[in-house]
Amino acid sequence: MSAVGRPAAGAAQGTAGGPPAKLDLIGRAGAGPRQDSAWSARQILVTNLRAIRGRAYPRWRGLFREKSWVAFEILLPFLSTSAFVFVYRSLHAPEAYVGFVVLGGVMSAFWINVIWMMANQLWWEKSQGNLELYFAAPMNFMSILFGMALGGMFMSSSRALSILIIATVVFGVSFSISSWLLVILVFAATLAALYGVGMVLASLFLVWGREAWHLGQMLTEPVYFVAGLNFPVARLGLIGALSVGLIPLATGLDAMRQLVFAGAPFPIGTPAPEIELVILVAMAVGSTALARWMLAVMERRARRDGRLTIRWQ
Amino acid sequence: MSVLTPDPRPDAAAATATEPAAATTASPVAASFSAPAGTPPAIQVESVRRVYKAKSGPVTALDGVDLQVEAGELFGLLGPNGAGKTTLIKILTTLLAPTSGTAKVFGFDVEHETKRIRRIMNMVAGGEQSGYGILTVREQLWMFSQFYGMSSSDGWNRSDALLERVGLGDKRMQRVSTLSTGERQKMNLARGLMNDPWILFLDEPTLGLDVEAARSLRELMVEWRAAVPGRTILLTTHYMAEADELCDRIAIVHKGRILAIGTSAELKRRVQRESIFRVELDRLDGGVAALAHVPGVVKASTGVMSDSQADRQAVAINLVLEDDAALGAVVGALGSRGSRILGLQKSEPTLEDVFVELVGRGFEDEDQPDEHVDDPEAAT
Repeated sequence: MSAVGRPAAGAAQGTAGGPPAKLDLIGRAGAGPRQDSAWSARQILVTNLRAIRGRAYPRWRGLFREKSWVAFEILLPFLSTSAFVFVYRSLHAPEAYVGFVVLGGVMSAFWINVIWMMANQLWWEKSQGNLELYFAAPMNFMSILFGMALGGMFMSSSRALSILIIATVVFGVSFSISSWLLVILVFAATLAALYGVGMVLASLFLVWGREAWHLGQMLTEPVYFVAGLNFPVARLGLIGALSVGLIPLATGLDAMRQLVFAGAPFPIGTPAPEIELVILVAMAVGSTALARWMLAVMERRARRDGRLTIRWQ
Repeated sequence: MSVLTPDPRPDAAAATATEPAAATTASPVAASFSAPAGTPPAIQVESVRRVYKAKSGPVTALDGVDLQVEAGELFGLLGPNGAGKTTLIKILTTLLAPTSGTAKVFGFDVEHETKRIRRIMNMVAGGEQSGYGILTVREQLWMFSQFYGMSSSDGWNRSDALLERVGLGDKRMQRVSTLSTGERQKMNLARGLMNDPWILFLDEPTLGLDVEAARSLRELMVEWRAAVPGRTILLTTHYMAEADELCDRIAIVHKGRILAIGTSAELKRRVQRESIFRVELDRLDGGVAALAHVPGVVKASTGVMSDSQADRQAVAINLVLEDDAALGAVVGALGSRGSRILGLQKSEPTLEDVFVELVGRGFEDEDQPDEHVDDPEAAT
């Protein structure tokens, strides 16, 4: 009996010499095509959860197989972070600014991941021929996006943690955390909002097709700037306030800076972390709902126009 | 027990018994493929049109296609590139909506019941590069198993078993990016069988493969289909011999229309209204003219002889008869003239001949790039 209460639907012969391995196909009673296509709500749920796991898997494996990320995603960003640290120190800026820069470097790992491995991903999947296989599979397409996001979070967290540890050790950053619970909640909400935006962008980039690469570039450096990656976002005045209200990276970064450098002399003008947490949660919910709606629109359009299953378009 | 054959399941027989009695309207074709009782046609296409809007104007990829494939059939769509085969497969696999008309898979409408169809089908395309090069072959299949809701352990077991079956058992721990074209296509077929579908859509699955790899894949398709009654394959190909060898029935597609449907023999009979024989004799007194007046002989002519026949001083003649029954009179006439028959061979037309008969030209002349139906500006 399977995890979802189905009888074993078939047998897969084990490897040479081994015993036959039982095969459990969700929804497969083996009675006939019409019966096998009638799934219960539980089967649908389990299939979608497993699909999330399946799509997250390549990213989890990639973390251990692609060693080049150590150079490209830790050492090179660390150089950029270091440059700002040296500038602030040469200007005798408050030491908290060094911490601000380090935290910005840490969170940049997630934004890079969102842009290049979420937003651009479906476009790449289409060119590889994966997209039509995803559409033709029985799971909800949102499961693919959730899987990509989950794998991406795991992947980026390892990079972010590496940058955090190296920078903390090298530059001697000290943290003053006022509320661990709030830090964890803000961090989780930031990731949820960031990857929610990533899911929306993935749908948009897919529709925009050839321009996806340029859009990715356009959303990297400008967002770093308006999000206050290397300086307190409040310095941007109205733009900073808008960023906090619209860009999860800016909101999450500002909230975390307030929380992990408690008492530091940061410019006033941004909301309290609790309010920013609410904004982040709203962003996460809103972007996920928007992504779901856009995917439905995209699939309708795909089936109507035939655009999205054509690899080179 | 093969990986292609599910275990006997106590519930399966009971469930089958509860299905409606065998459809009395089932066609003779359905009966011959032993589809489970009460199973609706695997594919039912009625008046399907698909029009793309291209820069140069609307392009009709499918123009009023009607087609019925019974459960259990291995059905072939044969036609040159650009004939509309892939468009039809995309419609049936729920990836593309028809501009007009209806299409159903096992009774489920491709426009409104997509989920039901996706749970019981799979698809494999020739030259497919799907998946992720960073994964091993085994991991790749496991990943796809998750999209069909298999448990993790079942996914691994099924992956191993299928890889053994397609001859990639020794490559299972190798990265996908290191596979050759033929190996990759075997892996793709294993992926297509991962969810044990009731219907498998194969779009030019042997495209670009060497002879051995193509043969291996064809054997696997036939074995998989035969293992369980009701398993259905829709195969598109522009290889005549492949369609001839594999398919129970074939539809010849040209410029978005189905020109003819039938078994290979039925299609060939369309172009061969007479029986053609090549006869090798030790001698023929009076020459071929002596046979011209034998009842049932339409035409008799001297055949070209090979070097070995010439060495043996044999005589070859080509006979066009009204039907096979006329052969008896010919044999009698030859015997009365003292001729001894050294060899007798019936000439069969090929599917190429059928296509030429229907279209007026051969495949090579007809091949068109697929771009006109897959135009990026497509929008209807």
